[in-house]
Amino acid sequence: MLAEDGVLLREGLAGLLGRFDFEVLAAVGDGTALRRAVAEHRPELVITDIRMPPGLRDEGLRAAVELRRADPDLAVVALSQYVERSYAAELLDSGGGRRVGYLLKDRVVDVEEFVTVLRQVVAGGTVVDPQVVRQLLNRQRDPLTKLSVREREVLALVAEGRSNTSIAAHLVVTEAAVTKHVGNILAKLDLPPHEDSNRRVLAVLAYLRSS
Amino acid sequence: MLGVTPRNALESVASPRFLLSWWPWRSVGYLLSSLPVLAVLAMPLAWLTLPWLVAGGLLITRPTSAIVGILVLVLLGAVLVGAGAPLVAIPLAVAERWRLGLVDTRPLWEDHRLPPGPGLWNWLRTRYSETATWREVGYVFLFVVWQGLYLTLCGVGLVLVFLVASPAILMTGDGPVAMGPWTITQPEQAWWLPLVGLLLAPVLLYLVGIAVGAHAAAARALLGGNRARTELVEVARSRARLVDAFEAERRRIERDLHDGAQERLVSLTLRLGLAKLDLPEDSPARQNVADAHDQAKQVMAELRELVRGLNPRVLADRGLGAALAELGDRSAIPAQVRTDLPEWLPPHVESTAYFVAAEALTNVAKHSGATAVTVSAWTGAGLLVIEVGDNGRGGADPANGSGLTGLADRAATLDGRMLLSSPVGGPTLLRVELPCGDNRSE
Repeated sequence: MLAEDGVLLREGLAGLLGRFDFEVLAAVGDGTALRRAVAEHRPELVITDIRMPPGLRDEGLRAAVELRRADPDLAVVALSQYVERSYAAELLDSGGGRRVGYLLKDRVVDVEEFVTVLRQVVAGGTVVDPQVVRQLLNRQRDPLTKLSVREREVLALVAEGRSNTSIAAHLVVTEAAVTKHVGNILAKLDLPPHEDSNRRVLAVLAYLRSS
Repeated sequence: MLGVTPRNALESVASPRFLLSWWPWRSVGYLLSSLPVLAVLAMPLAWLTLPWLVAGGLLITRPTSAIVGILVLVLLGAVLVGAGAPLVAIPLAVAERWRLGLVDTRPLWEDHRLPPGPGLWNWLRTRYSETATWREVGYVFLFVVWQGLYLTLCGVGLVLVFLVASPAILMTGDGPVAMGPWTITQPEQAWWLPLVGLLLAPVLLYLVGIAVGAHAAAARALLGGNRARTELVEVARSRARLVDAFEAERRRIERDLHDGAQERLVSLTLRLGLAKLDLPEDSPARQNVADAHDQAKQVMAELRELVRGLNPRVLADRGLGAALAELGDRSAIPAQVRTDLPEWLPPHVESTAYFVAAEALTNVAKHSGATAVTVSAWTGAGLLVIEVGDNGRGGADPANGSGLTGLADRAATLDGRMLLSSPVGGPTLLRVELPCGDNRSE
């Protein structure tokens, strides 16, 4: 299911999805049509622009949050023109924070990464745009200052939904080192340790968001 | 005023060359030309003040008559004068401004405002509500009172003319000439009369010069406008209009770019990304497309920055509070943002406040060496206040050509002001206050 008010981009996205064996049940251009199409087609995944007609503010987000309240298992990836923490927070708060993604619109042009995100979300993951995470980390918060530079890097990657293996590969270190860092971070931030990477992400995001 | 060319009658009187200059004759001309003006003015003034005249007459002739009737007449007169005086005063003022050129060479502008639209009603409403009109009404009274003095001076003038001409009158006329206690019958006896007349003439000219000079000064004060002040208000208004137009234009460009170019560019880049995938791994075509894809992404980022600089979308969509929070998040130096703002603020105030904060944060990052910065924004007493404080080395000086002058200018276009405290060694606090009432102050 695709909701995007720009015709060109909507077609481009539809082409992309088709190319990667997603079946596009409907491609719509505003929040009302999105709600109607979801009710009709019962899709597995909704990709929606946050800013859509008629209000051109956050119609897409409103629709997404509403849809997920009705059906917490509906996977939603929301695309945003700019980073807005409150958007990310509202989405994560809906439906238990699983099967949800919040990305900057520009990310769609990195086709393969974008598709990976879609698959992660459908599989039950939580994905938040790296820039959102960076901004959350950027805020001055006492416990965060206790973290070393390396630990902050690891924390950012954890919050993006990466597994220890992926983080190790990204930072070019051993997985054991990453596990140790993650343990230290969770301890310093008083977060309960989790093996499940998704719950770990949620814990970290919840921590970062609470102010 | 010695040695300086006089610009008006009063200055000329103070000049030692007064009697040798044109000024006495200009003053006399001014005095004499006021007589026909008085004649024209007399009729409408008599009608307007008729109830007062009648009341005055009653008081004098029959002091015992009904006090209520007199009071009614006085009130009626006040109403008539209040309603009708401006209609007399405005044309009189036009004539008098023109006549004033005779004894005052400095230019004089009228102080009337332009009516907001065509039509008699607009004109009347503007005229009756502006101080310029009532100053002109005041001038009418001054003019009438001054005429008494002028008539006296005219009388003295006539006496002098008579004195000078008395020998001739004695020669041609028959009968004696009576001069108060003296009676002169023979021209031989009157040889000194023209002498007295000629000696007194300069004194009279000085008196005329002083009377006319005082009149002209008062006329100038009552009929003239403060050109500088009037123009300043107009300039401030047009500046505000320019700023508004400029902001509207920015928003329009931003919207066009956002809905047009940006959208197409994302779509184009997406398609390039897709095309790349369909080409064989190590073909030259794939390399080319990959390069094009990267360049398109770069252009996307640049265009996004440009559009953000014009008018950030978050500001338009979610208001100043959210935009400042986003600004703080993007700041290179960890920023704490605290806002307490109403739902709605005038758009030009919001965008100015936003750009002030953005510029201030950039300045902090560039010059201060700070490790933490706070941004606060709140409203109170019709002002929007933005404070940006940092713990850097201080010593910021607007004179050093930093962005600070730009900030002050920006605040000034909205009648706001910028305050800066930045001792050497820090900390630095920048405060910008912008009026944010519904109606812009003039």
